[in-house]
Amino acid sequence: MTALLSVQSLGIRFGAVRAVNDVSFSAKPGEVLSIIGPNGAGKTTLFNMISGVYQPSQGRIRFDGADVTELLPHQLAERGLSRTFQNLQIFHQMTALENVMAGRHLMERRGILSDLFGLSTTRRHNRETKQAAEALLERVGLADIAHREAGGLSYGMLKRLEIARALACLPQLLLLDEPAAGCNPVETEEVEGLIAQIAHEGVGILLVEHDMKMVMRISSHIVVLDHGEKLAEGRPEEVRGNPRVLAAYLGVTEGEEETADALD
Amino acid sequence: MDRFLPSPTARILLALLAILALAPLVFPSTFYYRIFTLISINAIVVIGLVILLGYAGQISLGHAGFVGLGAYANAIGPTHLGLPPLLALVLGAALSAALAWLVGRPILKLRGLYLAVVTLGFGILVQMVLVNESWLTGGPDGMAVEDLGLVSLVKALGLKMKTAQVWYVFSGLMLLLAAWVALNLRDSPTGRALRSLHDSEVAARTVGINVARYKLIAFVLSAVFASVGGSLLALFNRFVTPDVAGFIHSVELVTMSVLGGAASVLGGIAGAALLTTLPQALTVFHDFETVILGLIMMGVAIFMPDGLLPNLANRAKRTRRTNR
Ligand SMILES: Nc1ncnc2c1ncn2[C@@H]1O[C@H](COP(=O)(O)OP(=O)(O)O)[C@@H](O)[C@H]1O
Ligand SMILES: [Mg+2]
Repeated sequence: MTALLSVQSLGIRFGAVRAVNDVSFSAKPGEVLSIIGPNGAGKTTLFNMISGVYQPSQGRIRFDGADVTELLPHQLAERGLSRTFQNLQIFHQMTALENVMAGRHLMERRGILSDLFGLSTTRRHNRETKQAAEALLERVGLADIAHREAGGLSYGMLKRLEIARALACLPQLLLLDEPAAGCNPVETEEVEGLIAQIAHEGVGILLVEHDMKMVMRISSHIVVLDHGEKLAEGRPEEVRGNPRVLAAYLGVTEGEEETADALD
Repeated sequence: MDRFLPSPTARILLALLAILALAPLVFPSTFYYRIFTLISINAIVVIGLVILLGYAGQISLGHAGFVGLGAYANAIGPTHLGLPPLLALVLGAALSAALAWLVGRPILKLRGLYLAVVTLGFGILVQMVLVNESWLTGGPDGMAVEDLGLVSLVKALGLKMKTAQVWYVFSGLMLLLAAWVALNLRDSPTGRALRSLHDSEVAARTVGINVARYKLIAFVLSAVFASVGGSLLALFNRFVTPDVAGFIHSVELVTMSVLGGAASVLGGIAGAALLTTLPQALTVFHDFETVILGLIMMGVAIFMPDGLLPNLANRAKRTRRTNR
């Protein structure tokens, strides 16, 4: 299968800091590709470049057969790329349901006059959007808080709300930045199940997650970043046994034995 | 079940209609029809700001400029060009929309407070033109405005109403129309896109919302509301002066919209009602208008960041909870 996303020698600098440097990899539809690495390794920055939030200072990004390096986030969304955020980006003043409805933006035909005068086109769109959004909330287990204002929801709920909103865009590629952070073990398991299911439906997934057990179980492929550079990549079992990865992760010299457990 | 209950929008509109229908029963004099007319007209402008500030989270410090354009369209159009007043109102709104688009397009692509700064300049510019081009505008002394013809229309229909009462009904209906439109917008695809900018631009972008485009839509819409309000104000007062476009008036409008709770139409109307009545009730207000406006703005920002209505609602909720 051809790559859905391919990133070639991607890099960005903030002043003198090279947050990401010369990173290449590619992702396929229906697979979970995980990006791991210690805090500050550049994972979120990489996501920001791929989703168009930051403009890379070097390298190219190809998505779905086209060069998308210079596209803006909303243009990438139109092509089927959507994401969640490590530091939540929620529409606080809307209800949970409205957050997901907003995610359907691209599926709605927007006639401003119809919207101002509440014409039947708008009413039909509202109905369809609402039904789709309710189904997505159900899917992430938030159906019963649909009408609560998002600003008052717990962190774990908001993490799942962002997944529902991102799914509302009907993505081909979904970027998840620490989706299980702040979730309890039961919620984490649900999130893992959800990710596996989304991938199974053919969506490509880029995952950043600190729960290594989950990463090892769910990923088809793992890319390891350290100090903005790609340190290693491979299947989970290859990465797990790589001494350079262990060293980077734990800040210890290669060969220290007890550290091997950390990535199990 | 709830299909038989009126929607939230219908409930708000019914409540407004009830207030407008019942208020005259307790009016001690015709003077109150005039005050309520002013409230309705100001509220129309403020509802436009609710769309800009409350829905989309963008601030304009020059909205009185658009009020001035609408007002002078109804002064200049009929006097110098022989246009019928209603056509002048529509053309004024179209001109305001076009100017808002021209002014907004380059700056709304940028982030931050550029809109505040540029609209501030825009308002000052409009006022300066109105003061200086006296061959057209009558200069600082202002100019008279031709009659809309409402009263003669009502008479022709065989109804016996005083001028103040006719305007009360007309402005009330216009307010209901403005509120209806803004409430429709709120719960529509466009409205959700606007409201998403308010809370997270980056998230809005990543769900495919063209942020610059929707900011521009909010700005143009709010300019149209302001212009229509300005036209109505001119037609009601039968006179305009350049003050209508002034900076103080812009600040007054923003204060009205944040005072009641910027995110809600009802809050905007409440803010307009309060700040329109206050100067009538307290004569000191007139002498210290700027100081008092400043104090109110600071007070709202410090003690009630969500505005008056949401704060009262929260307080009521808390009391109910503790009572249980
Ligand atoms: N907008 C920015 N300005 C300056 N430095 C940044 C910016 N964004 C990220 N960085 C830097 O890039 C590095 C990588 O950060 P980040 O991508 O958040 O790491 P991770 O997600 O792997 O924990 C950090 O040193 C961070 O300070
Ligand atoms: Mg991160």
